[in-house]
This record gives sequence, structure tokens and C-alpha cells, in this order.
Amino acid sequence: MDHAIRAEGLVKRYGETTALDGVDLAVRTGTVLGLLGPNGAGKTTAVRVLATLLQPDAGHATVGGYDVVRDAHRVRQLIGLTGQYASVDEALTGTENLLLIGRLLGMSRRAAKARARELLARFQLEDAASRAAKTYSGGMRRRLDLAASLVGRPALLYLDEPTTGLDPRSRLELWGLVRSLVADGVTVLLTTQYLEEADQLADEIAVIDEGRVIATGAPDELKAKIGARCLAVRPADDADVPAVISVVGELAGVAPEVEGRLVTAPVTDSALLPAVVRRLDDAGVVITELALRNSSLNEVFLSLTGHPAGETEQADDTEGVLV
Amino acid sequence: MTAASVTANAPATPESAARVGPIEGLRQTATLAWRTLVQIKHNPWELGDFSFQPIMFVLLFTYVFGGAISGSTGAYLTFALPGIIVMNMLFVTMYVGMGLNTDLTKGVFDRLRTLPLARWAPLAGRITADLVKQAWSIVLLLGVGAILGFRIGTSVVELLAAVGLILVFALAFSWVSVLVGVLAADPEKVQIFGMTALFPITFVSNVFVPIETMPGWLQAFVNVNPVTLLADASRGLMVGGPVAGPVIGSLLWATAIAAVFGPVSVWAFKRRV
Ligand SMILES: Nc1ncnc2c1ncn2[C@@H]1O[C@H](COP(=O)(O)OP(=O)(O)O)[C@@H](O)[C@H]1O
Ligand SMILES: [Mg+2]
Repeated sequence: MDHAIRAEGLVKRYGETTALDGVDLAVRTGTVLGLLGPNGAGKTTAVRVLATLLQPDAGHATVGGYDVVRDAHRVRQLIGLTGQYASVDEALTGTENLLLIGRLLGMSRRAAKARARELLARFQLEDAASRAAKTYSGGMRRRLDLAASLVGRPALLYLDEPTTGLDPRSRLELWGLVRSLVADGVTVLLTTQYLEEADQLADEIAVIDEGRVIATGAPDELKAKIGARCLAVRPADDADVPAVISVVGELAGVAPEVEGRLVTAPVTDSALLPAVVRRLDDAGVVITELALRNSSLNEVFLSLTGHPAGETEQADDTEGVLV
Repeated sequence: MTAASVTANAPATPESAARVGPIEGLRQTATLAWRTLVQIKHNPWELGDFSFQPIMFVLLFTYVFGGAISGSTGAYLTFALPGIIVMNMLFVTMYVGMGLNTDLTKGVFDRLRTLPLARWAPLAGRITADLVKQAWSIVLLLGVGAILGFRIGTSVVELLAAVGLILVFALAFSWVSVLVGVLAADPEKVQIFGMTALFPITFVSNVFVPIETMPGWLQAFVNVNPVTLLADASRGLMVGGPVAGPVIGSLLWATAIAAVFGPVSVWAFKRRV
């Protein structure tokens, strides 16, 4: 299977800051890559390099087989970008914004108008179509921005934190949209700080932290790589919690975490589930919940980076103190 | 947001072009110029800025200072209007920088750069739109002047030559505006620059007051001020009087400004984006 995007050893520095520190990425045609990382990890910088907006200091990347630096113009004929911050012309109406893009892409006036109308309807902006974009709400601007990146029916779409700041309903709608684009054969590179979002949408996840890709794989693979499944047991009675802790702790070989009556511990061997049931039964403990589940991506991130997602700054501070 | 028809079933054209042809580039420039002009529709104060403001200047200077400076308002209008047109041209060039800065700070420029456009089209689009605004204000000022008693003392050909010269200078001076637009943190800063730099330059010229009334040390500066030269050239071509010297001086200034600020602006621009 061929790769729509290939990046090797991308480096980008801003003075003292190394935004990208040797990033390798490969996105198969027609799939979704979720670039998952906390604030400041280098997601936007990576997207900007792949969208020909920034030239890397080292390394190279191809999009649709074209080099993003030498063949930038050809790459631009393939891509659509919805940046982290909406980039619409606030002085133009919704229709005019889309018309502008269509005309710039060489569409006839009629084709551009038809495409604008179609997209405005799709993104529920018909009522606001002839209002200046500066009167739009944040969510409307986002939708218009996304519509603008789809005018030319790009084969590749970059979405930089598309759901940050959206309400849960809009987020679900956007997920639906991404899925339908992928069903139509579009390759998507999506950056996100939300582990659930990457899990939901991505065929493959690349975890990025401090300008480096620290893990890649399918969501399930990634979880398997960490080896962690999670055993969760909740007794019916508060008084049984210590007994549960001791049984789970003994079988899992690590000290369990306790949250209220819920006792959890990472386990590697799923065969110990029957043993847990038997031992608790022997002890006369009544259980209301018993589960063996895959670790959440949050737990994956924690075990990969040593700090929870979104807490780089804190980690940086600690490093600063240690150095 | 069911996206059934937000499809991308047509992948990119197999033989994509390596670069944009000049005709296509000009078409893109026209589209981008349209975009700059159509927003006046939603932002009518901008029209006011380059229409009512210069008219107000004409009225104020003609009726408040005219009598004192030239003896009669009609005589003063004939003296001052060509220079007021020049001054207004300089202020209108600031829209290039303000628009450019808005595009840079609001991310519109990023969107444009992800499209397969000629590299020069976005800038050329702005400058084309600016020239349309310039032509509009010149016609407007001449019209208002005619109503108030300004009379062309030369021929239509010379009048058109004056307008052409002013537009050529506007084109050169746009590079200053581009540089300010690229360097400024936000559009308001561009406007502040316009006010603080252009007011002294235009007032320390012979636009409003004959040069003989000024102290000698100031005359030395006023005499080489490009605004003076361009105002003199415009007066010569519209009203009558010496033409060759001021026209050559204006063109030399325009060339020098473009030669210095053109490359510097392009360099600063590439650094910023
Ligand atoms: N234009 C810039 N100038 C200086 N530093 C920058 C610039 N853009 C990004 N950075 C720095 O590079 C790092 C990565 O930023 P970014 O790619 O925006 O991260 P993310 O999108 O993952 O939040 C951050 O430390 C950020 O401060
Ligand atoms: Mg970002």
C-alpha cells in the first residue's frame, strides 16, 4: 500500500526552541493518521511543514509523491488545510469566502457558486451565508474554515486540532464528517490533544512529544505494546475493599489503585481473571463490577512519556530544576 | 453535517502543473483584487476613509486657510488641490499594508499559501485593488474641486499624465506600505505609522503653503521632499507652470523608493511567512 505522506527526520528550530526534533511519519493513502500530543509538542509545526507553509531545517517530506519544498506548488494542488485557528477573511461573507477559494482554484464563476452553496448547506451556514464572517460565532467560523479547505475536493486533508473548543455535539458532527471524507477516499492527517478522538478516528496513531514521535501504531497495537490491560473490581460493600485490594494485589503482582470502591491494577495475563473470581468467591466478597479492559490512551501516554498528556510545562519545570 | 457530498472522489489531476502560468496568475490577481474591493460593501466606513476624509481636507483648507494664504478661496483651491490629491494618495497607499497585515495576523495568508497560486498574486492583488481605490479618490477629488471652482488650466492629455504620474508614484510608495504591513504587529500599528510618518512629510512640503513663506532651513528640506516635487509636477500638469524638472524629480524619487523598499519588503516578507 502506498503512502500519501512520508516524512523523514524533520527538524525545525525557532531560535533556542526545537519544535521538531527528527520527526518520521508515514500515512497510507486513504487512512487517518492521528498525531497525538500535548500543547507545544510540535503538532502544528509538523502540519505546517507538510502543508508547504514552513521549510524544515533538516529532513524531507513527500506528499502524494511530491517533495514539500521542491515541488510545493504540486503539493498545494493536492491538499486542504484547516488550521488550529480559523483563517477566514472576516470582512467577507461566508459565500464570498468560499467563492474566493473556488475562483482562485480556477473554477468558473458558476461552478464556484454552486460549490459554495453546497458546502454552506452541508455545514449549516445557509442562514449566515450573506453575513460578514466577523459576525460569526467561533463554531461557525470553524465550520466555514473547514468548508474553505474542502472547496477544491482535496485528496489530502490536514486538520489541526479540529475539535479543540467545540461543544460535544459539534465534536460528534465533526467526527462524522471526517469518517465520511475517509469513506470517499480522502487521506486525513489529524492532530489532537484528545486521546479519545485519536482512538475514535485514527487508523494509526503517532504520539508526539517535545518534537519527537515517541510511539506509532494502530490504537490497539499501541495499547498492546504497552502490554497493559487493566483489571477493575468493585465490591458491593465498603468493608470488602481491603480484601479485594489484597487479592488483586497478590495476583497482579503490583499494588492496585483504589478510587472509592473501585480497585484497579494493570495486568499482562488475562488468564488470571478466573482466579480472581474464585479467590473473591472463597472470601465471600460480593462483586458489583468486574472487568478486564484495554488501557485508555491516557494511560498509554502516561507510560510513554512519564507525564500525563497536556502537562509538558510542568514536566519542563521539573527538568529545569533538576538540570 | 452529513457529509455525503463533501466528497473528494476526484483525486488531484494526474498531470499537475509545476508552476502557474502568467495568464492564470493575472486571473488570480484579479480575483484577489475583487476580494479586497468587495469588502468595502460590508465595511462602508472604509469607503468614507478614502472619500469623505479627503473631501473634508479640501473644504477645510479652502475655506479656513484659503483666504489667508492666497487671498481668495478660488485661487487657493487652484494652488492646493493638486497637492491634496498627492497627499491623499500617500494615505491611501497605507491600505496595502493594513490589508496585508490583517491577512498575516488573521491567518488568511496561510490559507492562500496552501493554494496553488502564483507567488506574486496575493501582493499583486492588493496593489491592484489599491490602484483602483487611488483612481477613485483622484476622480472624486477632481470632481469636488470642479464643483468648488477648481479649473484645469491645461489639456486633458496633461491631466491624464498627472493622474498617471501620481499612480506610478503610488505604485512605488506601496512598497513602503508593504514593509510597514509586514513588520507591524497588528493593522492598527500600520495606521499609526501612516499618521505619524505621513503627516509631517506631507505638511513639510508646499502642498498647503507656498514655499517662500517658510524659514530658509525648512525650505532646504521642503525643496527635496518628494511630496513637494510630485505636488509641483501635478500643479504643472493640471494648472500650468514648470513641468519637466518636477516630473523628472518625482520619477527619480519613485525609482529610488521602489529600488530600496521593493527588495527590502520582499526580504522581510519571506522572513515573516
Ligand atoms: N513561530 C514560532 N516562533 C517561535 N517558537 C515557536 C513558533 N511556532 C512554534 N514554536 C514553538 O515550537 C514548539 C512547538 O509548537 P507547535 O508546533 O505549535 O506545538 P503544538 O501544535 O503541538 O501545540 C513550541 O514550544 C512552540 O512554542
Ligand atoms: Mg498547535
